[in-house]
Amino acid sequence: MLEIFQYGFMRNALAAGVLVSIACGIIGTYVVINRIVFLSGGIAHAAYGGIGLGYYLGINPVLGAIIFSIASSLGMGMVHRKTGQRSDTIIGVMWAIGMAIGIIFLDMSPGYKADLMTYLFGSILAVPASDLVIMLVLNVIIISLVSLFYRQLQAISFDETFAFVVNVPVDRLYLMLVCLIGLTVVMTMRIVGLIMVIALMTMPPAIAGLFVKDMKRMMALSVLLSVFFSFTGLMLSYYLNLTSGATIILVAGVAYLISFLIQKSRQKRKAEANLQSAN
Amino acid sequence: MVNQDLTPKAVIETKNVWVSYDAQTVLEDINLTVNETDFIGLIGPNGGGKTTLLKALLGLIKPTSGEIRIMGKTVAEGRCYMGYVPQHIEFDRQFPIRVWEVVQMGLLGCRKPFAPLSSAEREVIHYALEQVEMDNLSQRAIGELSGGQRQRVYIARALVSNPQILLLDEPTASVDPQVAGNIYELLRRINQTVTIVMVSHDMNAVSSYVKTIGCLNRRLHYHGSKEVSKDMMEAIYECPIDLIAHGLPHRVLSSHESEGEKHA
Repeated sequence: MLEIFQYGFMRNALAAGVLVSIACGIIGTYVVINRIVFLSGGIAHAAYGGIGLGYYLGINPVLGAIIFSIASSLGMGMVHRKTGQRSDTIIGVMWAIGMAIGIIFLDMSPGYKADLMTYLFGSILAVPASDLVIMLVLNVIIISLVSLFYRQLQAISFDETFAFVVNVPVDRLYLMLVCLIGLTVVMTMRIVGLIMVIALMTMPPAIAGLFVKDMKRMMALSVLLSVFFSFTGLMLSYYLNLTSGATIILVAGVAYLISFLIQKSRQKRKAEANLQSAN
Repeated sequence: MVNQDLTPKAVIETKNVWVSYDAQTVLEDINLTVNETDFIGLIGPNGGGKTTLLKALLGLIKPTSGEIRIMGKTVAEGRCYMGYVPQHIEFDRQFPIRVWEVVQMGLLGCRKPFAPLSSAEREVIHYALEQVEMDNLSQRAIGELSGGQRQRVYIARALVSNPQILLLDEPTASVDPQVAGNIYELLRRINQTVTIVMVSHDMNAVSSYVKTIGCLNRRLHYHGSKEVSKDMMEAIYECPIDLIAHGLPHRVLSSHESEGEKHA
């Protein structure tokens, strides 16, 4: 089994899996506890506009995606903060407009776009070393900002009204958080593609949240789970000759389902035990 | 209760404060002076603007006109001296946060943002949790607590910044009477040094624990006393209508009168 590690693309794939899992586990935890899965999905899809922009301008599409997803993060973040109840409608519109812009840009770009599908569906086996460097830099940014503002971010996630009253700069921190989501989206896009980014960002924290009630532990467990899903999915896709991104997501999905059932049966046992001790 | 101090120090002052949402006026011409170690109970009908007044004092809502001073400062600066216990209705039981971390939130604003928690700050958090008798549960996740325990944690969170003023919005709305009694006893102890403004529907509590009563129904009727005299009754005439709706009109009035006699 170990012979696959002799391939350079395989080593890159594994490194990419670890780097993406770190960002996904940490930022995904905020996405899940803040219940902004829809907003994050919107950022992910709108990033496609940046891919198109990259092709049109002849720059690295990843760079275009970073610019576009930061812009859409700020836009959607502000809409989410300021417009109240109907913000999901506006976010849904921005989500579609971002994708439409990407498609139009691609229409206007000359030449053959061979690797376009890798951005939509991911291609962990085709991650070049230069992208690993980008991922590393993004991870350093994410980890330093989150550790610097850990308490503040936890506070605005738990009770933003109270955080505001004790003069925590809630709006600025919130916009920083959505920008970090945008950066994580761009990284994760390489592995599972824009369409499935949101699944890899939310399933590991959702599983972790069933078993731990501490935010740091939830992040750590999410990272480990995400690494496990990426590795397992990668191996399965290699030996069964399947699309890697989709395989990773299905592995995570099966694990989510199983952990959900475990949790339910644990609750049931607990309830029965309580009932017995009451009798 | 008559304030014995001849020159009481004002900690909250509002001058001609008006608040409206869209075209609807919620608060009309509020002039309120809260003095040091006051314990004011704010009563009034639903939609009478009680929570809105607290929000305005905290800077969560900007008054349409008028001025609010906290400790002689603007609201944004002055709220560093205030502790706030919100009315908690919606709550995510899954949220990964420990009791200790919830209380720590109270320290976040008026300190250096990145410095690790000093031992003095740890001590303060311990002390706040001890005051509400929750120190033994400090490592619990907040979702594992009962409603009353959670409410005490929120009070500790408000106390941890060592506030001069404590604002509470329905602190006993979701707890049983026994626990509510404990919370009011705690507030009475705290009130020896801390000024308290409390919004409440709990007429029993308001009449037996607070020092003065204000009634809010768009306009504020507050005379710095707990007695409900005949002229005040006329002034707050809108309130008793609602009190009857709450089903406790006689108790309120009689306890006011007896308390009034005691202090007279």
